Amino acid sequence: MILKINGQIFEVDVDPSTPLLWVIREQAGLTGTKFGCGIGQCGSCTVQLDGIPIRSCLTPMQAATDKEITTIEGIANDTGLHTLQRVWIEEQVPQCGYCQSGQIMSAHALLANTASPTDEEIDQAMSSNICRCGTYSRIKKGIKRAAEELAMASTVKTDNNG
Amino acid sequence: MGKWTRRAFITTGVLTGGALVIGIAIRPGNRANKVKDLIAGEDETVMNIWLKIAADNTITVVVPHAEMGQGTHTTLPMMLADEMDADWSKVRMMEAPGNKEYANYALGKGFILGDKEFPSFLIDTIDGLFLTITKKMSLEMTGGSSSVRFTGMFAMRVAGAAARAVLVQAAADEWQVPLNELTVKNSYISHLSSNRSEPFAHFAAKATDLSQPAKPRLKKPEEFILMGTSQPRFDIPSKVDGSAIFGMDIKLPGMKYAAIKASPVFGTKLIAVNESSIKNLPGVHKVVKLESAVAVIADGYWLAKTALDKLEIEFEENGNETVSQNDIYEKYKKDMDAAIADGDEKKDVKTGSVENVFKSSDQIVEAEYRVPYLAHATMEPMNCTALVTETGCELWVGSQNPLGFAVSVAEALDLDSENVIVHNQYLGGGFGRRVVEDVAVQAARIAKEVDYPVKLIWSREEDIRQDFYREANISRFKAALDSNGEITAWNNQFLFKHEPEEAPHIPYNVENQFIHYTESLTHVPWGYWRSVDSSMHAFFTESFIDELAHTAKKDPYQYRRGQLSNAPRFLKILDLAAEKAGWGKALPENWGRGISIHESFGTIVAQVVEVEVSEGNLKVHRVVCAADPGFAFHPDGFEAQMESGIVYGLTAALYGEITIENGAVVQSNFHDYQMLRMNENPKIETYIIKSDNFPGGGGEPSTPCIAPALANAIFDATGTRIRELPVKNHELKANARILG
Repeated sequence: MILKINGQIFEVDVDPSTPLLWVIREQAGLTGTKFGCGIGQCGSCTVQLDGIPIRSCLTPMQAATDKEITTIEGIANDTGLHTLQRVWIEEQVPQCGYCQSGQIMSAHALLANTASPTDEEIDQAMSSNICRCGTYSRIKKGIKRAAEELAMASTVKTDNNG
Repeated sequence: MGKWTRRAFITTGVLTGGALVIGIAIRPGNRANKVKDLIAGEDETVMNIWLKIAADNTITVVVPHAEMGQGTHTTLPMMLADEMDADWSKVRMMEAPGNKEYANYALGKGFILGDKEFPSFLIDTIDGLFLTITKKMSLEMTGGSSSVRFTGMFAMRVAGAAARAVLVQAAADEWQVPLNELTVKNSYISHLSSNRSEPFAHFAAKATDLSQPAKPRLKKPEEFILMGTSQPRFDIPSKVDGSAIFGMDIKLPGMKYAAIKASPVFGTKLIAVNESSIKNLPGVHKVVKLESAVAVIADGYWLAKTALDKLEIEFEENGNETVSQNDIYEKYKKDMDAAIADGDEKKDVKTGSVENVFKSSDQIVEAEYRVPYLAHATMEPMNCTALVTETGCELWVGSQNPLGFAVSVAEALDLDSENVIVHNQYLGGGFGRRVVEDVAVQAARIAKEVDYPVKLIWSREEDIRQDFYREANISRFKAALDSNGEITAWNNQFLFKHEPEEAPHIPYNVENQFIHYTESLTHVPWGYWRSVDSSMHAFFTESFIDELAHTAKKDPYQYRRGQLSNAPRFLKILDLAAEKAGWGKALPENWGRGISIHESFGTIVAQVVEVEVSEGNLKVHRVVCAADPGFAFHPDGFEAQMESGIVYGLTAALYGEITIENGAVVQSNFHDYQMLRMNENPKIETYIIKSDNFPGGGGEPSTPCIAPALANAIFDATGTRIRELPVKNHELKANARILG
C-alpha cells in the first residue's frame, strides 16, 4: 500500500488494519510521532490527515492511504523551522519532550484554522494532549506568541503586496 | 600517612565520616587516562574525567546524569564552564558513558555526608572512599534532585576550576610570566602587558602534565558569569522537530519488536502458555517465557502486541490473588495498632513527653489521614532495546540509573558487568520510575533467546499495572493545644519510612514530639515517586496543622507564622508566598484559599492555592509558589521545575489513585488513571529567593506542598476537610465558611 507522508511516498507492506502510528514509526522510520497510550487518550501520536489532527494510534493505516499525512518532521520548510517550533525553542517549552511532537501538531492545526485563538479555544484544542511534565502554561504562551508572529508576518506580506 | 588500601579507605571514611568539604572531583593522577578511549575523539585532550578540550578550543563537558527534562545537560556544563571562564558558545555536552569510572561519587558524597566541612588533608582519602562506595553501589543515578546539588557542586565546579588552574599554570610556564599577571576570559588566557593571548587548546597538552589542584579556588557568587543565568537548554531544539531520540526511538539493523505481559498479581510465576492461536502467524517469530511474564517477538510492535493478546496464559496462584485495597488498609491498621500495643513502633523523632502533656491538656485533636498508591505514568511507556551476543550485552534505554541497569542485567545473564554496555537515551519522563531496571532485565532475557536486537515496548496498560508504586499510607495524628491554641504535643504514627529522612518532620516549635512508624508488608512493589515520602507527609502534616489552626480559631497562615520562630528560613518563604498571593484579601463567593509549607531535598517551598467550588464542581484557579533553593543556578529551569512538580502533584491530589482488587491493579490507562489537562491547569506564579544556603534541588520540592494547599483551600471554600486523597472521590459542596 502507498502512503504519502510529508509529501513523500512510502510503499508499505503491513496489515491494512495496523494503526497508522506504527507504520509511521516502524515502516517510514519517522520516530518523532510517539506512542503514549494506544487508546487515543494522550495525544502523543497526533499527526494530521489533510490538515486535521488525528490520533494515529487509533487510526487504521487503510484510512490514511488517500490522504496527505503530516508529521512533526513535515512542518518545517526549506527556509527553516515553523514559527511554532522556533517559538517553542525561544520560550523553552519542552521538558522531557516526549509529548511535544503531538502538542505542536495539535497547535499547528489550531492555528491553521484559528489565527488568533482565545484561551478557551486553546484549552479546547489542546486538552486532548497530555503533558506529564506540566508544560501547559508554556505551551499556551507559545501558541499565543506564534499566533501573533504569524499574524504580523501575514500583515507584512499583505502590506508588501498592497 | 602511608598507602591506603581500598579497605583502609572505607575504615577511615567511616571513622572520620560526617564531614566533607566541597570535595574534589578529580583524583589527581590517572582517572583521565582510564576514560580517554571512552570519550576522546581525534585531537582532543582529556583534561579530567569531566571535560575535554578540542583543537578548535571547543570544550566538551561530560555529564554523568540523564536528561529527562530537568535541564541537567545544560546546567551542569554551565557550572563547569563558569568556573573555567570558558566561552559558553563553544561549550558542548556529552552524557557520560555507562562506565564505572563515572560512578557518581559526588552524588554518593552528597547523600551520605551532606554539605559539611572537612579538613583538606583528608580530601584525597574521602574522595577515594566515595569513589569506591559509589562504584560498589553502581551509583550513576539521576534522582533525589541531586544533579546540581551534588554533581554540580562537588564535581562540575571543581573540575572546571581545576582545569582552569592547570591551564593558567601551563601558560605561565610557557610565557615565563607570574601567574597573577594572567587573565582568563572566554576560553582565552591573556598576558596583557606583553600583549599575548592564546586559546585554552594551545595549553591543553602541557596542562595535562601538571597535577590538578585537589581543592582549587571556586568563584564567589558575585563572580559568577553563567551560574544564575538562564542559558537555552541544549536538548530543546531536537525536541521540537521530532529528531530527539528517546529509548523508544532506537533503530538498529535487523531489529525486531517485542510485546510483553507480566503476571497481573505481582510476583506470581508463569505456569503455562497456549501458543496454538498464533501458530504460523506471519511476521511473528517467537514466544519467550520468562519467570513471571510472556513476551512475543515479531516484525513490528503491533504484530507482537496483537499476537500476545491472543495467547492463553496461565499464572500461578499464591494467595495474593484475593487481596483487595480494603484488605491492605485493614492490615495497615492492624499492624499500626499492634505496634503500639506491643510498644515496638519505630522511633523517628522523640522529644519531651507527649504522654504527660496529653494527660494534662484540655484541648486534644485527633485525625487520621490516608493516601492511595500512585503510579508514575511517564509519558514514554517503559521500553528497552537489547542485543545479546556470546560475549556480552548492549542496551539502548532511557535510564535514571545506567550503571545499576548494567549490573542487574549482568547478574541476570551471568555476564561480567564490564561486558554490559548501556547506551543511555533521552528519557520521556522519569519521576523515579526509570531508576528501576526491570524492563532492561526483561529485554535482555528476551534478546538472549535470539540472535538479533529486540526492542521491548510495554503497553500503557503494562506500564500502569507493573509499576513500582508510591505506597498507600495511613497517618494518625494526636495533638495537644495550650490556651493560646499553640501546639504543646505532637504524636504522629504512619507506615514505612524511606526518604527524605525529614519528610514527616515539622518545622514548628513543638517541645513534645513523638513521630513513629510501623512496617506492614504487602505484595505491592514500592518505588521512588517524585519527592518520595514528602509526597504524602506534606499532605498529612500540613493538612493537620490547618485543622489545628481552625480548632484554635486562628488564621492558618498566622497560626503557622506564630510557631516558626525557630525556623527563620521557613518563615521568610511562608511570608513571601502569603504576600504574593494577597493572603487575607477578599475572594469571590465560593472561593477558598489554602496555604502549606514543606522542605525537601534542601529546598523550602510554600504555596498558596485558590479554588472555586460551585455546585459540586471544583476549579483550581491559581497557585502561588515561593521557593528558597539557596541559589538557583538556572532560574528559568528552576521555575519550570517548580511548575512541573506542581502539575505532577496536583494531578495526583485531584485524580491519582491506584487500587488493588484480586491482587492486581485495577486501573490501566489514562481513561481511569486520569491526568491533569490544559483546561484544568491553574495559573502558576513562582517566586524564587536567594538565601546563600547550600543549593537545594529543583526537580522534586514543589510537588509535596500542592496537595495540602489544595485541601486547605477546599476546606476554606466548603468546610469539607479532605483527609483522604484523591479529591475526586469526595463530594464537594460550597457552604458558609466554618471560620471567619
